[in-house]
Amino acid sequence: MLTLTCPYCGATVEETELAPGGEAHLKRFGPGASDADFESYMFSRKNPKGVHFERWRHAYGCGKWFLAARCTATLEVFGTYPAQTTEPPADLVAKIKEKRPTWEGYE
Amino acid sequence: MSTRLSKGGRLIDRTQPLAFTFNGKPMRGYAGDTLASALLGGGKSLLGRSFKYHRPRGLVASGAEEPNVLVGLGRNARFEPDQRATTTELFAGLEASSQNHWPSLEFDVGEVNNLLYKFFPAGFYYKTFMKPRWAWKHIFEPIVRQAAGLGETPKEADADRYEQAYAYCDVLVAGGGVAGLAAALKAGRAGKRVILCEMTAHWGGRAPVDGGTIEGLAPEDWVKTTLQALEAMDNVTIMTRTMVAGLHDHGYVICYERVADHTPGDGRPRHRLWRIRAGLTEVATGAIERPLAFAGNDIPGVMLAGAVRDYLVNWAVSPGDRVVVVTNNDDAYRTALAVLDAGLTVPAIIDARPKAGGALVQAVKTRGVPVLEGRGVARVLGHKAVKGVEICAQAGEGGAIQTIACDAVAMSGGWSPVVHLWSHSGGKLNWDAAAVMFRPDATRPPTGDAGQPLARCLGAANGLLTLDAIAAEAGLTAQVEAEAPIVPVWTMPAGASDALKFKSFLDYQNDVKVSDVQLAAREGYESVEHTKRYTTLGMASDQGKLSNINGLAILSDTLGQSIPATGTTTFRPPYTPISFGAITGEARGEIFQPLRKTPMHGWHEARGVHWEPVGLWRRPYTYPKAGESHRDSVNREIVNTRSNVGLLDASTLGKIVVKGPDAGRFLDMMYTNMMSTLPVGKCRYGLMCNDNGFLMDDGVVVRLSEDSWLCHTTSGGADRIHAHMEDWLQCEWWDWKVYTANLTEQYAQVAVVGPKARKLLEKLGGMDVSKEALPFMTYREGTLGGFPARVFRISFSGELSYEIAVPANMGLAFWEALNAAGEELGVMPYGTEALHVMRAEKGFIMIGDETDGTVIPQDLGLGWAISKKKADYLGKRAQERKAMVDPNRWLLVGLETLDGSVLPDGVYAPAEGHNANGQRNTQGRVTSTYYSPMLKKGIAMGLVKNGPARMGEVIDFIGDKGAVIKARIVDPVFYDKEGAKADV
Repeated sequence: MLTLTCPYCGATVEETELAPGGEAHLKRFGPGASDADFESYMFSRKNPKGVHFERWRHAYGCGKWFLAARCTATLEVFGTYPAQTTEPPADLVAKIKEKRPTWEGYE
Repeated sequence: MSTRLSKGGRLIDRTQPLAFTFNGKPMRGYAGDTLASALLGGGKSLLGRSFKYHRPRGLVASGAEEPNVLVGLGRNARFEPDQRATTTELFAGLEASSQNHWPSLEFDVGEVNNLLYKFFPAGFYYKTFMKPRWAWKHIFEPIVRQAAGLGETPKEADADRYEQAYAYCDVLVAGGGVAGLAAALKAGRAGKRVILCEMTAHWGGRAPVDGGTIEGLAPEDWVKTTLQALEAMDNVTIMTRTMVAGLHDHGYVICYERVADHTPGDGRPRHRLWRIRAGLTEVATGAIERPLAFAGNDIPGVMLAGAVRDYLVNWAVSPGDRVVVVTNNDDAYRTALAVLDAGLTVPAIIDARPKAGGALVQAVKTRGVPVLEGRGVARVLGHKAVKGVEICAQAGEGGAIQTIACDAVAMSGGWSPVVHLWSHSGGKLNWDAAAVMFRPDATRPPTGDAGQPLARCLGAANGLLTLDAIAAEAGLTAQVEAEAPIVPVWTMPAGASDALKFKSFLDYQNDVKVSDVQLAAREGYESVEHTKRYTTLGMASDQGKLSNINGLAILSDTLGQSIPATGTTTFRPPYTPISFGAITGEARGEIFQPLRKTPMHGWHEARGVHWEPVGLWRRPYTYPKAGESHRDSVNREIVNTRSNVGLLDASTLGKIVVKGPDAGRFLDMMYTNMMSTLPVGKCRYGLMCNDNGFLMDDGVVVRLSEDSWLCHTTSGGADRIHAHMEDWLQCEWWDWKVYTANLTEQYAQVAVVGPKARKLLEKLGGMDVSKEALPFMTYREGTLGGFPARVFRISFSGELSYEIAVPANMGLAFWEALNAAGEELGVMPYGTEALHVMRAEKGFIMIGDETDGTVIPQDLGLGWAISKKKADYLGKRAQERKAMVDPNRWLLVGLETLDGSVLPDGVYAPAEGHNANGQRNTQGRVTSTYYSPMLKKGIAMGLVKNGPARMGEVIDFIGDKGAVIKARIVDPVFYDKEGAKADV
């Protein structure tokens, strides 16, 4: 069972206190978007073995959504940050690159 | 024959005899016995029947790895099947029974399978039950079901109680042997918070039996001293009878404490499941001895060498007077010495190694025991008990050189570190060819949330099999006899004939033999994981503790590859089975899950209501009167509501307030229709889709004020919809100024429904509820009968209807006031079934009936509730996809059977032709179906391919047993088509 730190209330909490929300930083495509763009937004996911950016909600706590960078293979958590951003913070990206030199980076 | 010796037994207290029964017969043991030692000491060596061949079986091991002797314990509400005798502590009055035989343990008809072994090879069930096709269901499956399984399933609810506990520590030590005790002491002295768990009731692991000295002390004395030091430390918690069952993600450890298995009925919880978050888990779980694969290695009396000396030293139980030792290593010679020390005979030691020569070998030779080098066991003689062994050359094919009479065989194929916990969360192993074992690779540990190691293996679990090596790792000194190297022996003899391999067992519990693994390899099973599933090797409740390494070695050998190339199967928690009681803990009966109750719950209950579960809520289904059937009471409630007035407890309806400068804009995105233009004081029915276009919820939205809206959701949907709103607000439109609050439980809500509804409210008084003051689809706030109330003119029944919300704490009083005032009007409460029938009579959809996650609003004739003006809303882009505008989609229609009967729920209408799987094509299905007491016939709604264009057409539905039911496609509004009754 994972432990993650909620960046809003600062609590390090167990997975049972959280609700998962899938891949983070999806760009929404609405009316007028091409079939390909809409398909990629709605259905295509990176699903990497390695560094993954994902959404979690502190559902049984403060209720806030936050984002986490986590290795799907080793379950190492590189950091968590508020959901109100379209890309991961630069310092977090730098930290992951240092820990995982072969990581191709965020997009 | 096995027996209790007159002296010795370090764990038993001969002053405390304990009476127990086995298969109903009275027996005696001593305090400190396990059930296994007491049975063996009582002369019982035939203790069970094997799973597949019903072969006679006895004890092989002395601990958690025992595969054979699983028994039923207790009776009635305290009966439990499949309990290992070796890990069951004896207590006075224990009742045990053997399993998997008929009519008796001694004479078992199922043993015919043993004679037919050639018909039950690996994967026989994949090969045997294929044809004819019909035979599986009618012949094979009933027989297999009858034969399958070992123990009986308990028939009564468990009378015991269980609990769960939480703990945190810096260091969790699994295992109370020398390595574990030393690690706990070290961590404790360093000031760490330590939890030390030992699976059995005793400390010290193998050391007190195996001998040597630690820090100049006998192992038993060193253990005592160390324990005293640990007990004196406030930062160290020590627990016996507590197995570390699994090491999970981020250092989450599950421990299984058998609190009161040995003291049943003393009031304590029987088991306790610990959920521990540990910084580092020190895995000091020891090693397990491997059997040798020779013919007849499963006959009662053939045991692991370590187990033989455990029974002798710990419990003064001898498995036989003449014990032949067969080995490929020096450690087994300790067993020979223990046998000799007990005054019994070792006729010979059969050592598969060409040369045997360590200090222990010398000690045995000195005592006059012949050591036969380069020899193996060709076969064990005997059936229900060992009578002797045939000796052969280990290098040969099994030709007997001599026969030795004996009544027990102690075997040792070497020791395998218990790396289960290490492996549970991804710790890797290396094959150590010299030591003949998989051992943990300290450079590739399981890792935690910061990439740090989660575990470390110590002692025998780290591949250190001798006391001096274990002590040295812990920074201690120890003396013990030096041992000569082990030589790997996977089959005995090396070139064993097929006849011998058919009786050389690898997995005792699942009856998997050397021949089965070799057959699997010949049939193309190269992966160890596939071979495991095909042969069932390691798939029994012991999870292959004795068999896995031997099995994969034989697989590697047959495939002509190295053992590391084959690899191991995956170790999965729990280490040994844990009780469902412990997993459930206190969550049973009333507190299995929380129950949500409306303020009027008690009122309903007092009137004998029949409940319907709706999420965690309980809602009244109907209120039957004495002697009235549910169907009759539902019909009465409907007729009364439609002719007088009915009351519905609608408190479970979700109530979410959305407020703020951008609330209108936000709701325009959440709903398919336009909510920003809704005038203050008005109500509008809204549809909510996910961004994939599918309808997920519906409900009436009310404009409370300039900047706030009240969104009603379906019962049970409030939390989900509130979370959905928050998701979009927090993650997509976080700069929009909107606040949401789920007020579902803050308000009680009552639907006052029927032609006399207005009269009833006028009797309460306090608010003008006339059509002019409060027209259909409007809302007012005020007081009714002295209660502060929000009154909504909305209708889910097609009748004149008011839904009234009052503060939750006034809900019951308001409900009672309505009942009292309505008495002379014929008021009656009605339940959810009446609600369903009335909404179906009106053709109103129900989320979850007409929708199933693949239905869009357009399918349900709700195009009128989809704004054409809005540039965007959740689901709009998705609903433009080709499949969503296909003219052949299944669309909502009404359905009427030709004979007025009620259509069965969920039935399908077949269409011409068949699909790719040979099934009939379909063209529609029934989504809601009821008897309408107003129309006195069955009414239904359904989704039918291009349905609305086919009005009047009669189509077939297929009911039970293929019955054809003819139904006509009609308008889904069955009652009051003009809608005249609601808007009055």
